[in-house]
Amino acid sequence: MSLVKLDQVHKYYGDFHVLKGIDLDIKAGEVVSIIGKSGSGKSTLLRCINGLEEYQQGGISVDDKEVTSEDIQVRRLALSVGMIFQNFNLFPHLTVGENIMLAPTIVLKKSKAEAQTIAKAMLEKVGLGDKFGSYPEKLSGGQQQRVAIARALAMNPKVLLCDEITSALDPELVGDVLKVLEQLAKEGMTLVLVTHEMNFARDVGDRVVFMHQGKVWEEGNSKKLLSDPETEELKQFIGAVL
Amino acid sequence: MLNFSDLLPYTDVFLGGLATTLQLTLLTTVLGVIVGTLCASIRQYGNKPSQRAVAAYVELIRNTPFIVQLFFIFFGLPSIGLLLTPWQASVIALTINLGAYSTEIIRAGLSNIPKGQWEAAKVLGMNFRQTLVRVVFTPAFEKIYPALTSQCIIVMLGSAVLSQISVQDLTYAANLVQSRNFRAFESYVVTALMYLGLAMLMRYIFGLIGKRVFAFREAS
Ligand SMILES: Nc1ncnc2c1ncn2[C@@H]1O[C@H](COP(=O)(O)OP(=O)(O)O)[C@@H](O)[C@H]1O
Ligand SMILES: [Mg+2]
Repeated sequence: MSLVKLDQVHKYYGDFHVLKGIDLDIKAGEVVSIIGKSGSGKSTLLRCINGLEEYQQGGISVDDKEVTSEDIQVRRLALSVGMIFQNFNLFPHLTVGENIMLAPTIVLKKSKAEAQTIAKAMLEKVGLGDKFGSYPEKLSGGQQQRVAIARALAMNPKVLLCDEITSALDPELVGDVLKVLEQLAKEGMTLVLVTHEMNFARDVGDRVVFMHQGKVWEEGNSKKLLSDPETEELKQFIGAVL
Repeated sequence: MLNFSDLLPYTDVFLGGLATTLQLTLLTTVLGVIVGTLCASIRQYGNKPSQRAVAAYVELIRNTPFIVQLFFIFFGLPSIGLLLTPWQASVIALTINLGAYSTEIIRAGLSNIPKGQWEAAKVLGMNFRQTLVRVVFTPAFEKIYPALTSQCIIVMLGSAVLSQISVQDLTYAANLVQSRNFRAFESYVVTALMYLGLAMLMRYIFGLIGKRVFAFREAS
């Protein structure tokens, strides 16, 4: 059964046609990597899936519920779709623990004690059990990104969208974040990641979607697609990033 | 010859004036910042008509003298049936004045918050009000806190003109004393020093509050 479904989605920024008829079907538990050149529409695609951007034609549904960018709807969607950003977007004035507890307490109306238990468990999961009381700016980029993952997980999402979440990190910190993602994948979390980490896409991902000029240019099993691309554009892209 | 001891019999007058200025300042600083916060939020996030209304208010207040605003409220409003005591008129005038100036200051802080903070809150399911209060306000105020502190002090100093509508504040006390003992130089030196002390006290208190509220910057 598909968890995320896009049906002929078209998106315009003014006159600019960004997404040109995207079809995509993501099953629960799948790990899908979206690759492609800068400007090909990858971020826009993710942002349409959780309603951060509106689209003009076609349909998107998550967990059989239709996605629109109406405010109320986006917030309902937030209960099943988590998102991690390239620059973490932690709340600087809240401790790591408070960052994670905020939405569970004020959105899900959990008690403080309950939220705290969840926050601690999620921090353990991302390997930062000792950082509960620290402020974000005291953490490395890699640690901040793992806190962001813990914060998203605390809402118990069905699917996690990750937009180049290792791109802003120093190379030596990328591994820690990818390890967390790999662990999540093993536990059966549905992941949709825009990424430049080809090794990760091949080894951990189930499927690769190659975007080009606002279209799904080529997609398929990750190992096969990356080792044996069909289109000239994907060949070129792989040649350029490897 | 200078003679400061001639002021001693008027100690109570000075202290009374000081207390009045302190009370007015405390009350209107709180009210003014609340007005400024509300108006800044509307100016930044409200719909077009309400944005324009706030902009008009801010421009009106920032481009007219405070004493004219005060006289309008105290002497002008009674002619449309709104009779106010000097104290009430003062509180309103000071609040409106600080509200307008702090609107612009606070708005600068709000507009400084990265879009990513709003998006992060949104994808966590938080609504507008929750995001504004729990996510945006603290970092926004941190950025503009020094400017806001200075503005509050400026308004406190500006409250000296309230003596013109016979509010018995610190300046009123100085006027009264020097008219009685003809020690103008001494009276105004002492008064100036008291204002200076008040300004320093405000800076100190704002500093203490800021240290607590914005502790996340230095803390471990
Ligand atoms: N808010 C926006 N307004 C106008 N154009 C935009 C906006 N966001 C992105 N674009 C344009 O849409 C195209 C796709 O952007 P994006 O989805 O960010 O690509 P990618 O993530 O693949 O690099 C780019 O050409 C970009 O300039
Ligand atoms: Mg992008």
